[in-house]
Amino acid sequence: MEHTQSRDACWHSRHHSKMAVCIAVIAKENYPLYIRSVPVQNELKFHYTVHTSLDVVEEKISAVGKAMADQRELYLGLLYPTEDYKVYGYVTNSKVKFVIVVDSSNTSLRDNEIRSMFRKLHNSFTDVMCNPFYNPGDTIQSKAFDSMVSAMMVQAS
Amino acid sequence: GSLSLSSFLPSLPPSSFLISPVSPPGAGDQALFTSLYTPLAQQLPREPMEWRRSYGRAPKMIHLEANFVQFKEELLPKEGNKALLTFPFLHIYWTDCCDTEVYKASVRDNMMRWQGKLRLHGSADWVIVVVETSDAKKKNKTNILPRSSLVDKIHQIKICVVLSDPLQDSSRSQESWSAFLLKLRTLLLMSFTQNLGRFEDDMRTLREKRNQPGWSFCDYFMVQEELAFVFEMLQQFEEALLQYDELDALFTQYVLNFGAGDGVNWLGSFCSPVKSWTGLLLRRPIDMEKRDGIQRGQASLLELRSYLFCRQCTLLIFLQRPWEVTQRALELLHNCVQELCLLEVSMLEGALDCWVFLSCLEVLHRIEGCCDQAQLEANVSHTVGLWAYATDKLKSLGYMCGLVSEKGPLSLELNRTVDLLAGLGDEKAETVHSLQSPYKKLKEALSSVEAFERHYLELSHAAVEMYRAIGRMRSAQLIGKSLAEFYMRKGDPELAESFLQNALRSYVSEGWSLPVTHTRKQMAECQKLLGKTENYLQTSALLAGDANLTDEERIHFCQEILTFANQSTDSKGKQPKVALSMSSFAQLKQLQFRPATATVHSGTALQVELCLLSLMPVAVPLEQLAASVHLNLEQGGTNGKTRGPQSRPYPGTVLFPLANSSGMPPSAACPSLELEEIQDRSPLDPHTLNSTGMVCKNTHLVMRRHDSSPSPDTPNLVSPVPVVMDDGAKVLMSGDVTLLPGNNSIVFSSQELGTYTLRQLCATVGQVQFVLPHISPLVQYEVYSQEPQLTVEPLTDQLLAGLPQRAKVRLQTGHYTVKKGDALQLTNIDSMPVLTSSSCPATILNSTAEHVGESVLFIQSSEKVTCISLPPTPPYHTLEFQLEVLCVIPSDPVWPENQRLTNGEIRHRNIFCHCLCHCLCPQMSIDCPWSIYSTPISLTFYIPFKAKHSLLSAGNRKYIQVCLQNVSDVNFHLMDQRLTEKHQESSLELQSLNTKAQQLVCSKQSVYCVWDVRWKENMPLCLQCVFSASFSSASEEVSSFKPYHYEFQLERVTTLYSVRAEIMPAAGEQNCHSGSLCGLEMSITRLAEPEDNEDDGETEEVCSTKLMYEVADSSNSWVVYGRSSGLVSMPADANANHRVQVELMPLFAGHLPFPDIKVFKYLPPSANSTSQPDTDGCVENDTLSLLDRPLDDQGDTASIRSRGSVHSVGSGEQQSRGLPMPRLEPFNPGQVFNHSQGCQVLVLPSTDDHVLEINAT
Repeated sequence: MEHTQSRDACWHSRHHSKMAVCIAVIAKENYPLYIRSVPVQNELKFHYTVHTSLDVVEEKISAVGKAMADQRELYLGLLYPTEDYKVYGYVTNSKVKFVIVVDSSNTSLRDNEIRSMFRKLHNSFTDVMCNPFYNPGDTIQSKAFDSMVSAMMVQAS
Repeated sequence: GSLSLSSFLPSLPPSSFLISPVSPPGAGDQALFTSLYTPLAQQLPREPMEWRRSYGRAPKMIHLEANFVQFKEELLPKEGNKALLTFPFLHIYWTDCCDTEVYKASVRDNMMRWQGKLRLHGSADWVIVVVETSDAKKKNKTNILPRSSLVDKIHQIKICVVLSDPLQDSSRSQESWSAFLLKLRTLLLMSFTQNLGRFEDDMRTLREKRNQPGWSFCDYFMVQEELAFVFEMLQQFEEALLQYDELDALFTQYVLNFGAGDGVNWLGSFCSPVKSWTGLLLRRPIDMEKRDGIQRGQASLLELRSYLFCRQCTLLIFLQRPWEVTQRALELLHNCVQELCLLEVSMLEGALDCWVFLSCLEVLHRIEGCCDQAQLEANVSHTVGLWAYATDKLKSLGYMCGLVSEKGPLSLELNRTVDLLAGLGDEKAETVHSLQSPYKKLKEALSSVEAFERHYLELSHAAVEMYRAIGRMRSAQLIGKSLAEFYMRKGDPELAESFLQNALRSYVSEGWSLPVTHTRKQMAECQKLLGKTENYLQTSALLAGDANLTDEERIHFCQEILTFANQSTDSKGKQPKVALSMSSFAQLKQLQFRPATATVHSGTALQVELCLLSLMPVAVPLEQLAASVHLNLEQGGTNGKTRGPQSRPYPGTVLFPLANSSGMPPSAACPSLELEEIQDRSPLDPHTLNSTGMVCKNTHLVMRRHDSSPSPDTPNLVSPVPVVMDDGAKVLMSGDVTLLPGNNSIVFSSQELGTYTLRQLCATVGQVQFVLPHISPLVQYEVYSQEPQLTVEPLTDQLLAGLPQRAKVRLQTGHYTVKKGDALQLTNIDSMPVLTSSSCPATILNSTAEHVGESVLFIQSSEKVTCISLPPTPPYHTLEFQLEVLCVIPSDPVWPENQRLTNGEIRHRNIFCHCLCHCLCPQMSIDCPWSIYSTPISLTFYIPFKAKHSLLSAGNRKYIQVCLQNVSDVNFHLMDQRLTEKHQESSLELQSLNTKAQQLVCSKQSVYCVWDVRWKENMPLCLQCVFSASFSSASEEVSSFKPYHYEFQLERVTTLYSVRAEIMPAAGEQNCHSGSLCGLEMSITRLAEPEDNEDDGETEEVCSTKLMYEVADSSNSWVVYGRSSGLVSMPADANANHRVQVELMPLFAGHLPFPDIKVFKYLPPSANSTSQPDTDGCVENDTLSLLDRPLDDQGDTASIRSRGSVHSVGSGEQQSRGLPMPRLEPFNPGQVFNHSQGCQVLVLPSTDDHVLEINAT
């Protein structure tokens, strides 16, 4: 059943603009600080997908960690391709992870664009952290962050 | 003969050129070539050649292998022929002709014809090989063609190589061979490079036309693949792979453009419905079947992709990059799915799954075929994706074909299975005989429910194992979860449970709420099927409070609990109740004590208000809510005699940190630091800090490892942990409470005595109990009982004796109720009478020190007791009032014991202290109505004055001086100072020389009073005096004077001797000069006759008294020459006189004080006192030891050690030991009067400084 659902998603996604379908910020301890996805009915699937992608994030961090942890590139690249989605990862120096899920059919997105999305996300996240009323470790409720994420997401059709 | 060099593909093994000998008709050269073929074919590839390439590509070393083909005109490429594989790169004409005649007759024409044909086809790459053999030369010695001429002739035409004696093993032969081979390789490579360049140019031109109508990808594919083949033959696999990758990218781009609406005609063929889904086939290097299809333009998308990948795979394995194969395979499979979607290729449902499944397994088989086990295990991370993908696809096929349900497939699903299997076609020849081909697996899996299960489980477990092995636990859990789903579908919840638990634990510990909710729902279903009631109820409770669920779902789960709770009471009656963790059901948010101190005394009720946040979606009626409490023994409240209400660290309200709801991860809800400042004060001075610091009170929570199993406080999140109930503990109860969704407030009250700690909270709903096993932070309250307590404290800092003083009496009633008629009875003591007034006001305070009432106390005083009747006071109140007391300064002096010395002597000092200790501590005892024992009360009073007396003499006249020092902090008025003789026996007259007026004595100041002592008869030996004065506090307005007395005693007051000294300059001098000797003449005169009862040692010798004098200079301005001390025998009659002369030298000029002259009584040793010859009275006795004198006169001995006598005192130390020694006894003050005390003499500076200096040294 899940299978046919994703098939449908595939058909529809062609008409989407060239943006992310799910964006997540994950704390150092691996719990979600922020996660949003479109379409909403697939939310659970995205949660599973993002959670599973942490396996690869950890693998990549530890693989690099041995070599040169301080000069590590924050962008981790493609983590986890699936039939329907491509999952990209990014990890800040404080081990906060960003995950962007893009529809596989969305082939026009270049690596550079993904990188710049992550950079934007990181900047906005930094702003959130700078807010004196934000308690580090809490889920992110910032409207500014939310609207920045919205701008990067596929507009639900 | 002539040869063409070319190559063939694909029937021949790749990576070699093959050259076959070609012999022209009617010539014997075929035989020549055949004889040379074997060494030629062997040696040609032996040495590498450097291949220089166009377009700046890096040169490479390659080994040339050739395929030799007999020359045929048909083989020459026609104009426009793109084939590169069959291209004859080099034409060789072989001849061993060495005879001019033969050459002219046939060879030349033959050669010309051959060249003509070549020219006709535009082929310029040829070479003529002349083989020279010595045999041939020998045979035709006559007609020998000069080698040079032939070569020359041929050279005129084109290129010629000479090969000498090729079949003989000589150095000449070898040289010729290598030269020949080098030439051949060079020519071959040159031709190849040229032709390849041409080919590439053509290919590029063709590619540039790709946007023109009529261009076909398939045609172009064939051209570029030709190039790839050539590279492959040259073993340039990288280059070959590049060709395929370019083709791949080109095709992908077209598909994407198509998706973007930019369709091209040739893509049409790829959009046709897919009828076969046989999957990848990687066992052959080249799948000719599919290649043909592409060549014909009839291949489907999957076929093209399969073929392309097959070639890439082959090349990658040649390149020994198997892990790139797996990675590319996964990309390819994902990409194909997308491309089919983009191109809208219609496909039977499930066909793609079949294709993907088969392809995954095929790739894995191929990789397993070329790697050993160790390599495979080390690279699981590269293959596991394919395993997981295959598993996923098989699962979806299974669901699609009805192989997962308990009942088996329906007919519709069976039809689908048949259709899917039809698309697989027949198994390929390569795998027909293998037991475990992907094809067989799929066919078998789809054939029956059991087979499917076997295959699916095998794959799933393999994938889970692999994920675990590389530490991708989350991925493993996800597969585990789908396994659980499978088991649930199969009706096998036992097997599903552990997978769900694993996944749930992970989601909970990492705080992913949606997966938690989803998995928990599955868990609930599973537990319900398993009949694990307790677990199911716990999970239901969690789900009922889960905000991620809809209200309907939550109410459903809540209802499940309530149904169970009520149902089991109906049917089964006495069943043990099911205890569940409360945290899923309700959260304790706040706890409030009334009163806020959480401390009450017995008899009052302490209220505890709990704020419970119910997480349930509906109102839940509780039969009872109980809080169990624990009695703390170590601080048992009953005997806390000294403990009153204390302030607690928490001000009555305790906020509980929000336990994590299912939405919040436990790691995020990590307890915040509870910091507290600590101060270590010095025990002596409360205002001094020894140290200060911060402590974290909950380190055990903060520092807890996060990866360890869930903390005991949140046991319920994955599976219920048995909740331990405190049995038999004291319990605070509240019955019939209905918990509404949201905040609820419940009030408990407690009265039992003791200090209690709240331990657990338990809510009972029918058969279900929700238990909060620990209440953290620790909350305590205390109900205490206190014994009545009576304290008396001074109102001021110090109580002064002799004046009326106020003391505060505080009665803390404790549990005792002061009734009307209760009284305190004070035993009166003489030294401290209570100054009674008939009534005095009292204040009543309650336990929080608030003023509640005023009352008046009645005080009755009898001879023995003072009785204070108390007003009625409720328990745990404080009654305060003030008492005025007076401490009488004792009039008889306290002669301190230590004033008497151990040898019985009285210290003859002229200063006496009244008392060493200036305080008085009268003990008082009070009888209280609540106790049979009396309470001792002690107050400390300080005597405000200190008195000293001294005796002053002037010749025979005597004066007494009393110094009164005010040691208190208060100023006093003093008057009426009087000195009287205690016994009034003698005819003594004390005449006051003091003022009669009132005097002010400020704090720490002294007043001196002097009396002139006159007497008519003999002066009494001992004089006992009493000094008395009246004093009153200067601050008091109405001055009531209180008396002060001071008694003292004076002994032997009469002056016995007078000493008179005179210093005379040296003879003939007017004045003394410093540095020169001068004389001291002293005269000692007896003034009074010795009294008979003077002292025991003296009375024996009546005739004379022995005195010792000593000249000692304390100011270091004199040097005594000669004796400084000596004995003098004084006749007993009055006015007896004795003169002594001593030589002195002043050291300084100026008015120098006279040196001290001391006189002691000399008591000869008792044993030989009579034999001591001392008639002249002047005994040299410098060795006289003064050590025998009391040690505490050290100050006096020091003065004796003037310059002249230091050594003698020291040397006398030893010989005097053991012998009976004479003793010295000082006179009492006033017995010796020194006339020249305080006299000065003028000393002039020395006239001759030089002499002084020399003398001095």
